[in-house]
Amino acid sequence: MTTHAPVPRPRETTARAASVFLSTHPRARLALLLTAPLFWLGLVYIVALVLLLVTAFWSVDSFTGQISQTWTLDNIITVLTGSLYQTVTLRTLGVALLVTIIDVALALPIAFYMAKVATPRMQRILVIAVLTPLWASYLVKAYAWRSVLSQDGILEWLVAPFGGSTPGYGLPATIITLSYLWLPYVILPIYAGLERVPDSLLEASGDLGARTWPTLRHVVLPLALPAIIAGTIFSFSLSLGDYITVNIVGGANQMLGNLVYTNVGAANNLPLASAIALIPIVIIFGYLFLVRRTGALDNL
Amino acid sequence: MRLSRFSRTTLGVITAIILGIVYVPLLVVLVNSFSTSTSLTWPPPGFTLEWWGRAFRSAGALEAVSTSVQVAVISTLISLVLGTLISLALQRFAFFGRDAISLLIILPIALPGIITGIALNNFFRTIMGVPLSIWTVVIAHATFCIVTVFNNVIARLRRLGTNLEEASADLGAGVWTTFRLVTFPQLRSALLAGGLLAFALSFDEIIVTTFTAGSGVTTLPIFILNNMFRPSQAPIVSVIAVVLVLISIIPIYIAQRLSGSEQQRR
Amino acid sequence: MKRIPRTARRGATVGLAIASIAVLTACGTTAASNDSAGEEITELGEMEGQVSLLAWPGYVEDGSNDPAIDWVTPFEEETGCQVTSKTYGTSDEAFNLMKTGEYDVVAASGDASLRLVAAGDVAPVNTDLIPNYEGIYDFLKMQSWNSVDGKAYGVPHGYGANLLMYNTEVFPEPPTSWDVVFDKASEHAGKVTAYDSPIYIADAAVYLMHHQPELGIENPYALDEEQFQAAVDLLKEQRASIGEYWSDYLKEIQAFETGDTVVGTSWQVIQNVLESSGAPTAVVLPEEGTTGWSDTWMIASEAKNPNCAYAWLNYIASPEANAAATEYFGEAPSNEAACEFRSEGSCEAFHAGDEEYASQIWYWSTPIAECLDGRTDVECVDYSGWTAAWQEIKG
Repeated sequence: MTTHAPVPRPRETTARAASVFLSTHPRARLALLLTAPLFWLGLVYIVALVLLLVTAFWSVDSFTGQISQTWTLDNIITVLTGSLYQTVTLRTLGVALLVTIIDVALALPIAFYMAKVATPRMQRILVIAVLTPLWASYLVKAYAWRSVLSQDGILEWLVAPFGGSTPGYGLPATIITLSYLWLPYVILPIYAGLERVPDSLLEASGDLGARTWPTLRHVVLPLALPAIIAGTIFSFSLSLGDYITVNIVGGANQMLGNLVYTNVGAANNLPLASAIALIPIVIIFGYLFLVRRTGALDNL
Repeated sequence: MRLSRFSRTTLGVITAIILGIVYVPLLVVLVNSFSTSTSLTWPPPGFTLEWWGRAFRSAGALEAVSTSVQVAVISTLISLVLGTLISLALQRFAFFGRDAISLLIILPIALPGIITGIALNNFFRTIMGVPLSIWTVVIAHATFCIVTVFNNVIARLRRLGTNLEEASADLGAGVWTTFRLVTFPQLRSALLAGGLLAFALSFDEIIVTTFTAGSGVTTLPIFILNNMFRPSQAPIVSVIAVVLVLISIIPIYIAQRLSGSEQQRR
Repeated sequence: MKRIPRTARRGATVGLAIASIAVLTACGTTAASNDSAGEEITELGEMEGQVSLLAWPGYVEDGSNDPAIDWVTPFEEETGCQVTSKTYGTSDEAFNLMKTGEYDVVAASGDASLRLVAAGDVAPVNTDLIPNYEGIYDFLKMQSWNSVDGKAYGVPHGYGANLLMYNTEVFPEPPTSWDVVFDKASEHAGKVTAYDSPIYIADAAVYLMHHQPELGIENPYALDEEQFQAAVDLLKEQRASIGEYWSDYLKEIQAFETGDTVVGTSWQVIQNVLESSGAPTAVVLPEEGTTGWSDTWMIASEAKNPNCAYAWLNYIASPEANAAATEYFGEAPSNEAACEFRSEGSCEAFHAGDEEYASQIWYWSTPIAECLDGRTDVECVDYSGWTAAWQEIKG
């Protein structure tokens, strides 16, 4: 055993006193930790969000463009009953769901390979390979897909010899592009989640006679599920609110984001925009409520 | 796990194919940056280095990059502080309303950007009466970046447990000393990973930025959007994207090295 | 600029400052009165040292995007007013941004200008204080989109027409009518394009003026309920054939170059770009006439820098600056002498000063409930009705 120098007696300063107070009063410690972040999130975000929702119950004077603060349910009724909003909501939901499914299907094998098969060196290279596309700006990538999917584009050029053809601009193009844009955000949490699954567990399953597929289905999948759901939150919510990609490759289609955007930007009708914004808010809250129990929210 | 050689190879091939497809559009961007076509048409009609020269002389582009870096650095720092504080609170204490708080943190990223954008725009302009500026962008970005730091840090805290901190306290170290010498060093790579992701999120954010940027505040994505409306600027944007991708490899690589070596030590 | 009297009179500035404080203290969401700055100023004071501009991309270039394209620096050197600027993508965005009160000057198209006047966001402009106003084409002055009740609300900047663009391989015979995008659009289903803005409803109205005269449309921006419905129906029918709507011109150029789009509305500047890259496209002004834009530099009613704002209006109306800005954007200049400073042939390409050509254009104006064509027995559909309908049309 080596000898340790005696720990010097702490000086009696106010800082020391504060430290003693904090270590004996966990509640004070908690308060100190929480004050700043809660102040920030509460003041900046929650207040802003609530005020936006309140605006949904106001209306706009169409001549001067000013908001008049008289309570009305008109906007909510318009959104609930207008066939335009129903069609667009369904279209948006469909796109968001498909994007999410595609992304999970693509992310699972990659994440599994990265976490369980690749050598540490390879792992590092793969993480870089997955993260790098994030840095080529969103708009640049969307325009690149516009070029790829064009009638004259690479895709047509690649598949034409096999009798295929590019889907052109429209909803399929939107789904492809959005899946592309959000893929890294889905791979990363799934990779992190799979990495946390101990290898010993998989070996135990193998020792007990389970073959690869059953092991994957009954051992890996349940353990990785929270991480997968965490990934879906990204792709689902990012797709739900997107309006730029659909503008670039979506042909003549519009999504919920476009309706919100045009009502804020073009129509200068913030109350109606807020009412439309309620649709994705309700959907997301519903989704978060559903997945809350799985522990997915800790895996984002 | 004892995967058969066949399934290992299959997985490897699938991974390679998907990553290959991921890089096709980036390749298009690279080719476009040398193309003589100003509208990014395919196939490129000719080769030129003109855009590379012009991109590096374009004061607007360089300024936009620097604005974006400033915004991303400041909002990452804010989110690092707030994210660490809140994850310490949530991981080390059990209290009423904990679930509500963890929901509150993920809300800014789970709700579509356009909602965050118009809510903050409305809040800053009509409720608070503050003019939009670079600071309103920073505030908005920091708000949705907190979650990435929070998640990385809380996952690390969960794994660490409290043994070392208790030992430190038993040996007479104060709250701050324990954090500085015991907790923080163990969090470093988690902070780095969270911070890097926060930086990337902020750097490429366009929707919230559109609604919270004041006049004269041109972040890179806004610069790119504006240039899509200008004659003969599109290829310059491709050059910027290529340069960014190349530069980005450095911080990602360093972060990987740091967290990798840490794992090997353990 | 030297000709502007520099007498230091702060009265106007102080008045504006008080007005802006009053608006700030009144909670932003309450209705603002629109007479707070209803009077034009009669004399100018000292330059404030800065001015903030809101404009279409390409209207305010200071060399930061391309060192060779710069007409802001000479202005800054001449007047000492440092320019900050923000660009916008659609007239609606401009209208919204002006509400922030952060801009002294805005370049507004006709579909924004009347709204800005109605909302009290811009002030009348005393053209006597703008020496270069004299050089502006007369047919652009005091029009319905830049003046109200005989008061000028700004200085015309440039103008252009929304033209019919077609792929010359698909249309060996140049089309002469808009029917290729309306009644005959289905022949090229999926390859037709249209401008993505509620104001495009006016294009349908122009078409109906000729093809359904029984509707009695006099002005495509003054549509009563029945006329409006007819235009909307026409556009809903057209929607089935639309490949995509466009608003940024990179998208439009790409689509015509690749053949994803073969016919639709376009601008002269897009044709110029396509022509230089050798794409098989051409534009035509169809027999029905067309819509177009005539942009106006306006001054905010609560401008913090009114003197620099006036200086900018005068500068940008000068032949040199007007020539540089309009040529870069790709439109006809508003100053008669500007063509001397534009490159060879560029004025002809945009039919600058051609009154006959200009008379075929229905310039964008904001539809308001009080019919612009002077009818008083009916109420017209206002712009909020147009935007709601536009979303319905796109579906």
